Amino acid sequence: MENSFPASRGDNFPAGLRVLVVDDDPTWLKILEKMLCKCSYEVTTCGLARVALDMLRERREKFDIVISDVNMSDMDGFKLLEQVGLEMDLPVIMMSVDGETSRVMKGVQHGACDYLLKPVRMKELKNMWQHVLRKKIHEVGEIENQDINGFNHMENRLEEFNEKHIHSRGDIGFAKKRKDFDSKEHIEQNFTDAASVKKARVVWSVDLHQKFVDAVNQIGFDSKSGMMNVPGLTRENVASHLQKYRLYLSRLQKQNEEVTFVGTEQSDLRSKYTSGTFSLQNSIAIQGDHTPDNYRLLAKDIHLKDMIPKISEDHLIEGRSVQETETRFLLDNSNNESEKISNVSRFGVSAFTDERIPGLDYKRNEICISEHNQSGFRGSQLMQSTQLVRQAQKSLTLKRKCSQLQQAGKHRHFGEVYLHTPTPIYSIISGVGDSSSPSSDIPLKFNDDSVSQIEHSATDTNFLKAASKTDSSPSPESYSSDYKNDVRCLESMTQKVSVKTEVELAFLNDLTPYSLQSYGFFEDIALNGYGVGEDNLTTDIRSIIYDEWQYNCEYLFDLLEVPMIDDGLCT
Amino acid sequence: MMDHSHIHREVANMKRSLFDQGYLDGQFHQLEDLEDDLSPNFVEEVVTLFFRDSSRLIRNAEQALEKTPHDFTKLDGIMYQLKGSSSSIGAVKVRNECSNFRGFCNQGNMEGCLSSFQKLKREHLVLRQKLENYFQMLTQVTPAENV
Repeated sequence: MENSFPASRGDNFPAGLRVLVVDDDPTWLKILEKMLCKCSYEVTTCGLARVALDMLRERREKFDIVISDVNMSDMDGFKLLEQVGLEMDLPVIMMSVDGETSRVMKGVQHGACDYLLKPVRMKELKNMWQHVLRKKIHEVGEIENQDINGFNHMENRLEEFNEKHIHSRGDIGFAKKRKDFDSKEHIEQNFTDAASVKKARVVWSVDLHQKFVDAVNQIGFDSKSGMMNVPGLTRENVASHLQKYRLYLSRLQKQNEEVTFVGTEQSDLRSKYTSGTFSLQNSIAIQGDHTPDNYRLLAKDIHLKDMIPKISEDHLIEGRSVQETETRFLLDNSNNESEKISNVSRFGVSAFTDERIPGLDYKRNEICISEHNQSGFRGSQLMQSTQLVRQAQKSLTLKRKCSQLQQAGKHRHFGEVYLHTPTPIYSIISGVGDSSSPSSDIPLKFNDDSVSQIEHSATDTNFLKAASKTDSSPSPESYSSDYKNDVRCLESMTQKVSVKTEVELAFLNDLTPYSLQSYGFFEDIALNGYGVGEDNLTTDIRSIIYDEWQYNCEYLFDLLEVPMIDDGLCT
Repeated sequence: MMDHSHIHREVANMKRSLFDQGYLDGQFHQLEDLEDDLSPNFVEEVVTLFFRDSSRLIRNAEQALEKTPHDFTKLDGIMYQLKGSSSSIGAVKVRNECSNFRGFCNQGNMEGCLSSFQKLKREHLVLRQKLENYFQMLTQVTPAENV
């Protein structure tokens, strides 16, 4: 069964997103226009709120999203926001130089999708397309029935999404038309249902949230359980809460400046995958029914040369750490899943020393690799690590820095971890859309802490443990349960990605419960600009690199999230 | 080539001091990053736009200050705009002075507003001169060397 994913013209989503910028400050208007163009969006600028409203009324389908300043001379920005939301139901992002909570609240109350503080950063704009997507998905999500067959659902959702867009846009920028007449009726019914369904507000009390966290944790152990057993709690409620949860987790991570470094490392690692991506491509091509269309599309769109980040290896001192850590990861993979999970849960407890990890041995790289030639999940990891082994020229400092990273003991590192896993797919994605890499000529600054992230992301928390050797390992108590969840998410995500590349549908099913959190995680990292006025980036260089990486990252994972969102919390 | 490297250094120094002395912040870097082949003079264009618009706002504020009774709401509004505008190019000192002014507005403190306004105009002028010099120097550096 196919899962198609809405893609804009040329399968280049989110490029071509049609944005209307409204701001009475001519300087900002010019800057925003340029920034949005750089995101490959289609930009229309407007200096007056009334004119903007007229434009929208006249041609509602001409825009995907509106971004507007709060304070405008001819009309209150909030009023504009309200009108747009009511009349056109477009996602609206508010901007202001003022981050006063009351104003932000007002924005949210008036229906803003996001509230950005000026000066607005590129990455915040690069994330814009997610609002569009999310809005669509939530619209559909509200009306879905409790059908366990997630694929059908997603299919329907996307179909509906497609319908909305296809009919409104001649060039079908957003959707791939699918000929599924069976679902058409379902869709029509959904449409009428949607009109009458109101979003139930679920109040996430402390208890409920705890249940939620427990369920999330439990999912790590048993894909079939993890139910919160709360009556009246829909999948959508949990999904949106999960999203917030992820945001929270990502905010924990955001505290480190090294975040961007991860991005650079990530892209650096990407280069390692270039030769390996062939195999990925093949596996993707083979995917057949199990692969969402986006994967296939992505595979087609792979431009290897684009994938190779121009970040030179100068940034990394020579060494074998990545290689080592990768194989170590493999080593730990030899344990069965449950053990891995238990490792994860012990994560917070373990000191990150190599010795703690059974069977770890730097020299056993080759052996390790051969040992894990099994299930798709491991196989793909094998693939990844093999690639790494082949191409790894990486720095010893990576490993060392891992331990230093551990010393930092920051949660967010782990949030970053999983990034590594999907790297091969990243590579693919980076060929799509805006992958022009400003980072190419930018000298990267090494951040000790972020180094470990890359290694960590080698799809295994054990890997992470192995990689992060530290003398003063953070005490278990220093890691909140969130952290453990992060790790699990990472793990799940890794598995998820692997599965996809390996076309292991069975695995897919088993792992579907993970998917939501996994992708959510990615989403978190990617949604760095989500918060209001939060900015901890040190250098612009880093932020650019991070943007690039994150952009690709979130692109991929949000794509992945779509088909899985339904299964994620399926019980 | 000696000449060029000399100018190069001067330009770099100028820029560095603008940052070190707190006239500009990271937003300026963001603008530089936006500059590309399609918009090779983007930063200068934006800065020019800023000074044009901010001068207008300052004139408005001046007029509002002269009027009696004092309309603090209006003054606050103008300063809010100016604050937003100055954040677009990273004009830190100007922006901060806008905040100060607004603080006085909130208190209904006219004297404070007036003195703050003088500071604001000064900062605005100084920044303008510095940036004009900077861009002038920049044009002296050959395009190929223009970093």
